[in-house]
Amino acid sequence: MPERLFRALEVVAGDLGLQKGYDRFMDNTLTGKVPFWLDPKKRAIIFQVVVFAMVGVLAYYLVSNTLLNLKKQSIATGFSFLHKESAFEIGESLISYSAASSYGRALIVGALNTLKVAFIGVVFTIILGTIVGVARLSSNWLVSKLAAIYIEVMQDIPVLLQLFFWYAIFYETLPSPRQALCPVNGLYLCNRGVAFTIPETHPAHKYMVLALLVGCGVVYLLRRWARKRQETTGKVFPVFRVSIGLIIGLPLVTWLAFGTPMKMDIPKLVGFNFKGGMTVSPEFIALLLGLILYTAAFVAEVVRAGIQSVSKGQREAAMSIGLRPPFVLNLVILPQALRVIIPPLTSQMLNLTKNSSLAVAIGYPDFVSVANTTINQTGQAVEGVALIMTVYLIFSLSTSAFMNWYNKRVALVER
Amino acid sequence: MKLFKLCAVAMVAAALVATSGVAAAGTLQEVRERGVLIVGVNGGVFGFSMPDKKGVWKGLDVDTAKAIAAAVFGDANKVKFVALTAVQRLPALQSKEIDVLCRNTTQTLTRETVNGLNFCHVNYYDGQGFMVPKKLGVKSAKELEGATVCVLPGTTTEMNAADFFRKNRMQWKPVVIEQTPELSKAFFAGRCDCLTSDASQLASHRSVALNPDDYVLLPEIISKEPLAPVVRHGDDQWYDIVNWTVMALIEAEERGITSKTVDKMLKSKDPQVQRFLGVTPGMGKALGLDEKWAYNIIKQVGNYGEIFERNVGLDTPLKLERGLNDLWTRGGLMYSAAFR
Repeated sequence: MPERLFRALEVVAGDLGLQKGYDRFMDNTLTGKVPFWLDPKKRAIIFQVVVFAMVGVLAYYLVSNTLLNLKKQSIATGFSFLHKESAFEIGESLISYSAASSYGRALIVGALNTLKVAFIGVVFTIILGTIVGVARLSSNWLVSKLAAIYIEVMQDIPVLLQLFFWYAIFYETLPSPRQALCPVNGLYLCNRGVAFTIPETHPAHKYMVLALLVGCGVVYLLRRWARKRQETTGKVFPVFRVSIGLIIGLPLVTWLAFGTPMKMDIPKLVGFNFKGGMTVSPEFIALLLGLILYTAAFVAEVVRAGIQSVSKGQREAAMSIGLRPPFVLNLVILPQALRVIIPPLTSQMLNLTKNSSLAVAIGYPDFVSVANTTINQTGQAVEGVALIMTVYLIFSLSTSAFMNWYNKRVALVER
Repeated sequence: MKLFKLCAVAMVAAALVATSGVAAAGTLQEVRERGVLIVGVNGGVFGFSMPDKKGVWKGLDVDTAKAIAAAVFGDANKVKFVALTAVQRLPALQSKEIDVLCRNTTQTLTRETVNGLNFCHVNYYDGQGFMVPKKLGVKSAKELEGATVCVLPGTTTEMNAADFFRKNRMQWKPVVIEQTPELSKAFFAGRCDCLTSDASQLASHRSVALNPDDYVLLPEIISKEPLAPVVRHGDDQWYDIVNWTVMALIEAEERGITSKTVDKMLKSKDPQVQRFLGVTPGMGKALGLDEKWAYNIIKQVGNYGEIFERNVGLDTPLKLERGLNDLWTRGGLMYSAAFR
């Protein structure tokens, strides 16, 4: 094809009396002396420089124009407000915070609250989504239809309405703290949230966490060793049972070694609210519930699609060579299904994180909520919105970086 | 629904970014060319700004806005109201989405300086209070140790409450919901022990509760809240117009000019009244308005006393006393500068 094209070009060039010029061009090409505008590599670099410069000029124009406009309206600019005293209180916080802390710290509190709801949300969404997705494929008519109804209903109701619904359910149906429901001793349900008993802080807890981490480390090494042994000798080691034993056993032994500290921190009604134990706010529960139930419907569809993408023949082939069902799932079905599941699953995880900004509507102090208040108190909308965008960008990029790494790990390796 | 705040604030920021650097015409000219005044209001506070059952906007802030329209166009109905949350209101004004903000906004030093805004004459002197359910048995705000408090974000209220609890060394837990109706729903459903806001707003919330008598206002008023219309820095003519519109309302009450008597007053022999109503020209021209501007305001909207009684006075569900908002001649703070 190219030859034919060249010949056609030669003919056309000859007709136009360009033969000489064309010959010179061909000579130059053969000797390597090409004018830079005809060299695709150099041309690409030039284009990139030009585009980059244009973007730079545009950015400069936007920034300088914004600064000018702000100055004309005598609105403060810059990020120095981050060090100023915030003077507002935040309902719940993972780190110590008071109205005397700085705006910067308030924003960190907001970011951590967003991470908290996003992390817990993602974990439960994947669990629930997988269960529903598998149920959707169940041969049991009732189970599969129930899963289908769940998926259809949850997908079709805007998540904001779901949040309002769960929040209203919480404060409308549950009683006030003084008449709190107490289904089990030490667990209280009221319109201020769920208060439950936790073990009183004891030095043993630190060591139990340490033991758990050590357990996880040992399990990782054990798995590597077991796989290597199986590859070389063919002997199978019961990794799963030993792992469970290590992960549960090590902290348990530590706990026993410290003389089984049993003291509990039980929530008690003091004044207006419960003190002691741990209280989870209605805003957090409503947000978490809304996000999980909504996103799980999408994840269920992703999981179903992933499983259905593995052709029936694969399973039959695996069975026919005598693999037992767990191995069929682990070695044949899952590796192929995950390849299909992970990319859309990543986008659902990002969706959940981004949707968590709807927290503003029901009063959970997430990052957007705190940033909005900051914008309002300081009047610096441009900086505030820039911060919001940067923080969500960082959350999203790190999530997808992690998922891409995982995707690469589970991708099929062709030998 | 304008609920996705991130989006809204981002749009505002984008507007700030994109607004052309070329010096714009004055606000008055823009408003005249558009033919309608765009005013930011609360939209959820009965007595101040809220649409009634027929969708007609009613309230003290609404009437203030109508007075501005009457001054500018000679027609009090040429107003478009935009409901804004506390968080949205200042950026909306800064980015020129609205011409003036009449949304029970407290005049503060920071807002006038770093936020680039100017507050005109106060149209309601308020103070922050606390409302609790009667059955809680609380008699004073000092007894609120450990309480959960419902509060609007992005308000002076939020910061005053933080200051109050800090000063009295009390623990508290804020529940911060941006939409006023959602917040009041949460409070009346018992999500919070206490609702804090400007006293007038508390009265307004209570008046729309299912059982208004089940709630009490605590005696403490913890702050000064001078609520005033707001305009942008840098347009002195527009500032003058809004400022003197509010003062005209007060001046008219002081001179005993009402919507009913204003026509008769045109024939008054009092030179001050003649100047005020434009019978003797000069005031209107100085502001860049029609000479009949004050006449139009009073004829179509009424004086400050009429507006107050109609929207929040003793015959309304809010039952607010004039108090600080009475004329200076009767011991209040309403005092207009001289019309000459």
